[in-house]
Amino acid sequence: MTDQHDNPIRQAVADAIASNDVILFMKGTPEAPACGFSARTVGALQALDTRFAAVDILPDPRIRQELTALSQWPTIPQLFVGGELVGGCDIVTEMFESGELAELLGADAQAHASEPAVTDGAALQIENRLS
Amino acid sequence: MPDAATIKARIEAAIPGAQAEVEDWTGGGDHFRATVVADAFAGLSRIQQHRLVYEIFGAEIGGPIHALSLKTHQPVRNHS
Repeated sequence: MTDQHDNPIRQAVADAIASNDVILFMKGTPEAPACGFSARTVGALQALDTRFAAVDILPDPRIRQELTALSQWPTIPQLFVGGELVGGCDIVTEMFESGELAELLGADAQAHASEPAVTDGAALQIENRLS
Repeated sequence: MPDAATIKARIEAAIPGAQAEVEDWTGGGDHFRATVVADAFAGLSRIQQHRLVYEIFGAEIGGPIHALSLKTHQPVRNHS
């Protein structure tokens, strides 16, 4: 394994997670999800009018490798809020249905209301999604 | 090729006292859905509960097991 200093993709993934309050790593894009699990997770976020950054992991297999190495989570999608892994489709769906997701995102949105979700994640082609 | 019965047995063997229900979601032997109930989940977040299960399969998840959809919880008597 290379370490972080000569691993720009891992660094870019870590930076993206750190600098976006709500970020979803997914297959495809929010407009055109390439997998049912990603689509369902996007749907939950959109249903709550959540502003989130999205990274399509498909264009470069190294993004998924480095993401999984960092998160120790095997599947895609992966939702991070406030720098912490919340989960994939199953957990996000369960939390959406129970109201916990709204609570988590609502609390986070209030805490960071004045911070725009900007990022320089050009390396990952991060897209900011405004609801 | 993994099958639902094998996945169920591996989960139950790896997590003491666990009861798992596993179904082959698509019939193709690579998308599975599992509900796992175990006392071992007490005090763990959902992420930690799911990790316990995913760890059993390691790199098989995303490989031969394309997807393992999970629901995890403690036995119902522990809720109230």
